[in-house]
Amino acid sequence: MKKVIMGNHALSWGAQLGRAQVIAAYPITPQTQVVELLSEMCASQALNAKFIKVESEHSAMAACLGASLAGARTFTATSSQGLALMHELLHWASGGRLPVVMGNINRAMAPGWSIWTDQNDSLSQRDTGWMQYYCASNQEVLDTTIQAFKVSEALAIPSMVILDAFALSHTYEVVDIPDQDKVDKYLPPFRPKLRLSSDDPHAFGGLTSPEHYYELRYKLQKDMERAPALIEETGREYEKMFGRRLGLAEDYQCSDAEILFITSATAGYTARVAVDALRAEGIKAGNLRLRVFRPFPFDKVREVARRAGRVAVVDRNLSWGCHGIFYQEVKSALYGHTDGLPVTGYVAGLGGRDITPETFKEIARDALSRKKNEPAEEIVWIGVKR
Amino acid sequence: MKKDKTMKLSMPIEEYMGPGHLACQGCGAPLAMRYVLKALGPKTALCIPACCWSVIDGPFPHSALDLSIFHCAFETAAASASGLKAGLEMTGDRETTVVAWAGDGGTFDIGIQALSGAAERNEDIIYICYDNEAYMNTGIQRSSATPYGAWTTTTPVKHFKSRPKKDIDAIMAAHRIPYQATASIGYAEDLFKKVKKAKDIRGTRFFHVYAPCPAGWKSRPEDTIKLARLVVQTGIFPIFEMENGENCTLNIKVKERKPVKDYIRLQGRFRHLTEEEVQRIQDDVDARWARLLKMCGA
Repeated sequence: MKKVIMGNHALSWGAQLGRAQVIAAYPITPQTQVVELLSEMCASQALNAKFIKVESEHSAMAACLGASLAGARTFTATSSQGLALMHELLHWASGGRLPVVMGNINRAMAPGWSIWTDQNDSLSQRDTGWMQYYCASNQEVLDTTIQAFKVSEALAIPSMVILDAFALSHTYEVVDIPDQDKVDKYLPPFRPKLRLSSDDPHAFGGLTSPEHYYELRYKLQKDMERAPALIEETGREYEKMFGRRLGLAEDYQCSDAEILFITSATAGYTARVAVDALRAEGIKAGNLRLRVFRPFPFDKVREVARRAGRVAVVDRNLSWGCHGIFYQEVKSALYGHTDGLPVTGYVAGLGGRDITPETFKEIARDALSRKKNEPAEEIVWIGVKR
Repeated sequence: MKKDKTMKLSMPIEEYMGPGHLACQGCGAPLAMRYVLKALGPKTALCIPACCWSVIDGPFPHSALDLSIFHCAFETAAASASGLKAGLEMTGDRETTVVAWAGDGGTFDIGIQALSGAAERNEDIIYICYDNEAYMNTGIQRSSATPYGAWTTTTPVKHFKSRPKKDIDAIMAAHRIPYQATASIGYAEDLFKKVKKAKDIRGTRFFHVYAPCPAGWKSRPEDTIKLARLVVQTGIFPIFEMENGENCTLNIKVKERKPVKDYIRLQGRFRHLTEEEVQRIQDDVDARWARLLKMCGA
């Protein structure tokens, strides 16, 4: 069934098709339509779930953790300040090995108050042990939500499905809504190996001495290292059943790229338009859109970058006092693998400033004007009013 | 020939708490847990946030309880319990009683938002606050449950706590939850009876259980039960229950209240108080007692 829906509703549909059993959420702009539609889905019993309408995002995540520990499939959604408020419990989710799936609408952090997109909210949660998917279309939001449940539950690691404020959250697109019975085949019910039950008493998350804690975190990383292959595998399985591939990254015109953009989220789709325009001008451009940021797709980035003439990483985020965050990660992934490949970091679109095909043309012009053996070490700011 | 005498037990003999816990000598908190679990039985699961009990239970892989525990974040007892209950129900378990078990810091202070939220939603959980009147697990820092006059490490003698204890029971009454009660480990049968009663009520049930802390109060471990009875007999901590924020019933009727001095002078945390300051406490207790009697229609 094809429907014209907004990005936020694609998250709600993903949760319904994934048969989330417990939802706990708190409203925040620009996430509200996610929970509004889920409330209606629960009220009409289209979705058989308990919806706990909590008094804060902190309690939303706490309730999700309790429900997940009981063995229920859990979903929530938030944005920006709400995600920041959850921070403590994001560690609790991954450390407790609870596969909660959460939608996060990328929204710039205050002050000043902003409701528009940038990635500093979710990237501030980089080290919490959550998998992070950055989506570029409403279709991808819906598909990824279903895939995220499958991958999370297989690894006992939570997932964040991330979409840009307004550019996706409030933008209507045609979305193919898969049949429930087919989704049920792809995503069987959640049956955790260990769950809290009064029939088989266990204490979860108690005081853990240095004798044991280290190994618990080692296991988390070892399972996170299994994620890239599993995301590719479940993505191929999804393609077989639904006709859409869900991989770690999407490469576009990369095989002979003189200038390779490395992008994420909706900017990654805009980049494809710019690639076509640049190629029409005779400039061999390519785009690698990272769909997954955690686990970081090291192999994919190395494999694609190796064939490129130069790399321009475009960040809608910034680690203050350092650099764009994707830029740092790409550079560290390439270190020792691509000798002499110039990699430049571009910051653009903070606080929801538009990123357009023209933005990428400007980036291409800048990158191509630089000597290959003298890549910029400093941040290259695009469109900032100095 | 002597007749066989059988003693009638006021509580079930079954234990859900083992003796190998890590509480200090004379601690009231394990007694509270033990009595409560006797009333709730094996189909019970606990959410325990940061508090003395997150240590008392013992480190991984040990646990003093024969029940499932979700050790949750400090401010999340009520929210975690809400989620746990929903998760259990959605996976087919409608029977298990979910208990949020928190100290006074996790209830009066950092956890009050989640507690208020859960109570307003009338979540089907039992919330039990065992109150030892300060952050004891972190080493005796004042909480909003610390009474007027008390020494703690953050209210030193020269700056003892000058504000009264927060009235958590009135706050909970304002939420009009189906059931709430105060209790003291010095009146075990009363606590047991009320928890048993609460078990069969649906919706949010709140218990405020008084549990002395010899280490933090600078009292003698052997005085714990004495203090837990004196606090009631002086009228400092009245024992009552309420339904929907109304119908207040006094469970332990004190005919002749003892002077608060009897209670105060057994504890080092009040040692610095002058006669005038003790009198001030007495006057406050007298006024509050009169108000309570009026509320209970006694």
